[in-house]
Amino acid sequence: MSEKKEIFSSKLIKFINEWRDKPGNLIMILHQVQSELGYVSRESADKVAEMIDVPLAKIYGVLTFYHFFKMTKPGDNNIQVCLGTACYLKGGESLVDEILSQLGIGIGDITKDGKFSLEAVRCIGCCGLAPVMTIGGEVFGKVTKKQIPGILSKYL
Amino acid sequence: MAIRNYILVCGGTGCESSHSDEIYQNLLAEAEAQGVGDEVQVVKTGCFGFCEQGPIVKILPEDSFYVQVKPQDAKELISEHIIKGRQVERLLYNIDTLKQKTAKVDDIEFYKKQYRIVLRNCGFIDPENIDEYIARSGYEALEKVLFDMSPDDVIAELKIAGLRGRGGAGFPTWMKWNFTKMQQNEIKYVACNADEGDPGAYMDRSTLEGDPHTVIEGMTICGKTIGAHQGFIYIRAEYPLAIHRLEVAMAQAREYGLLGKDILGSGFDFDIEIRLGAGAFVCGEETALLQSIEGHRGTPQPRPPFPAVKGLWQKPTCLNNVETWANVPVIITRGGAWFNKIGTKDSPGTKVFALTGKVKNSGLVEVPMGTTLREIIYDIGGGIIGGKKFKAVQTGGPSGGMISAENLDTPIDFGGLSAIGSMMGSGSMIVMNEDDCIVDVAKFYLNFSVDESCGKCAPCRIGGRSLLNILEKFTSGNGTHEDIDKIKAISHAMQVGSLCALGQTAPNPLLSSLKWYADEYEAHIVDKKCPAGKCKKLITYVIDPDKCIGCTACARKCPVGAISGEVKKKHTIDASICIKCGACMASCKFDAISVH
Repeated sequence: MSEKKEIFSSKLIKFINEWRDKPGNLIMILHQVQSELGYVSRESADKVAEMIDVPLAKIYGVLTFYHFFKMTKPGDNNIQVCLGTACYLKGGESLVDEILSQLGIGIGDITKDGKFSLEAVRCIGCCGLAPVMTIGGEVFGKVTKKQIPGILSKYL
Repeated sequence: MAIRNYILVCGGTGCESSHSDEIYQNLLAEAEAQGVGDEVQVVKTGCFGFCEQGPIVKILPEDSFYVQVKPQDAKELISEHIIKGRQVERLLYNIDTLKQKTAKVDDIEFYKKQYRIVLRNCGFIDPENIDEYIARSGYEALEKVLFDMSPDDVIAELKIAGLRGRGGAGFPTWMKWNFTKMQQNEIKYVACNADEGDPGAYMDRSTLEGDPHTVIEGMTICGKTIGAHQGFIYIRAEYPLAIHRLEVAMAQAREYGLLGKDILGSGFDFDIEIRLGAGAFVCGEETALLQSIEGHRGTPQPRPPFPAVKGLWQKPTCLNNVETWANVPVIITRGGAWFNKIGTKDSPGTKVFALTGKVKNSGLVEVPMGTTLREIIYDIGGGIIGGKKFKAVQTGGPSGGMISAENLDTPIDFGGLSAIGSMMGSGSMIVMNEDDCIVDVAKFYLNFSVDESCGKCAPCRIGGRSLLNILEKFTSGNGTHEDIDKIKAISHAMQVGSLCALGQTAPNPLLSSLKWYADEYEAHIVDKKCPAGKCKKLITYVIDPDKCIGCTACARKCPVGAISGEVKKKHTIDASICIKCGACMASCKFDAISVH
């Protein structure tokens, strides 16, 4: 009989074991899972449930409550467009429209080749640079519609 | 050799996204390469506040204020300023009113009216070096509390100071501490709300990034006062830099014996853990926040019992916001009476605002309470961008109200803002001009509140959605006057029936805008027009035949083929096909296309 493939790294398993008996551990553990794997899959949720002895329903309750947790795999390059108030007033939505016309994906979608995914976020705290977008953690400030093709091409 | 110059490089999130780290590295390398490595000290500080002009580099002792610096400028800064002693003119901040370049920070309008208590160290010290915090009187207050003051003395000092909670509600801090102190329980907790969820607010993030020790010191003082030994900082996971700096600061404080067991040999134990938020606005509400620290869904709980009686794991918990904590050490060191003299009688002290939107100088400003909105927007903020007309300023985020031009001279404090239908909130201040549609902005905020409603209580869950549907009608030209009455009835039900402040205050942006901008709602309801040209369903794009030269650029850009016309002949838009995407207007080089 073949062993089931281990989805968590030994570092992650060590982290979970350290937090196992701490009160209020669940959100911290889910953060760690997502930071390692990019999202929290059903398989990962099952494994966390088993490791810390918490019902799967409770884990899903938490995952679906908080916007930060992703339950589907994001693209290789996750694009975040800020739609906080300052960015909204300065044209954040037009960036979303432009990305839609360039890549054919709307908010919450992923391109067919899995290269890009798009999400709208609330205020990443660079309001002085509005409108702001980030790709894979790199921040682009005072972005105009015209700059979008150039920015995206860096990641193709 | 002695240090001749200090070069301060802004390391806040805003400037870091504009490559300030590369500037810092280049300055270090250039100083070394040009042989002055041991004469200058390059320091990466927290936010300077003047985000509009970032990345910012300040050189002491000349106090030269360089703006919009690029990594490649490092070489010139070292060779000119440091070695030859000549300021690099082209990078100095330009005061256009005086038609001269200036070096001195004190000459800059943006800073003149500011008064920094909370941000006293931001932009001055390296937040990752505890010695720099200590050198500026850091941890003196803790020492005083541990050895020279009784818990009652501390609370009395806070009472004299008159400090009110800076998270938005403005509850007297001394009372909160006193309630928690009075509880007879062996286990108590201290908690810090760093879940800054208001879209358009970044005061707390900048404070934590620029001066993390002040929050740690404030919390430890509270622990000693109320008899708690464990603290929690609940911080947004979206703030990685702030989390990192807190972790570094806590480790250094432990190493120096300022956090952990037997602090400074006093026998008092206190430690802090970080807990991450996960993007839920409602977790800024105190009971929801405590639920989230416990690892649950962040749903608010009925009060009483208040957290001071039954908080984290049913134990008495004292919860304050980042900015409140940052005020505590200063009040203890300089005295409550000193603090009470700043600001207004209703609200002593200062307030930090994130000034953003259609204002020239976006950034972080700290002013004494009682400063007027006009002073902040026009003197500090430099007025409206692009010579446009002011329309509104919004404070308090999704819970606050829109403030019109007639109220610009209102002195800002907790009471003053409530009196004009807004609220202090956490400190976002967003300026709108004539290009912004009030109805659209009200819809934006409501959309946010509806999306962030936890769904636990019906007034908030159903009421918010119903209000949003009505606004949807307005912006698509289907509104009626009866809808206004419905808005008032639903809003009232939400205000009195919702379990927490999210539902109770969600109608505020809508209600305040209805009050002050009735004509704009009328235009949407009666004339079916959007005066600002924002609401897509109420506008039409028109080509001016006098300006159109028939270049065909717009027709080629139109994604639905709504534009017809031959080369070098006037073009026209077929409104029945047009999807109002605005691509034509953006592509026209002759300004021939306008919105009606």
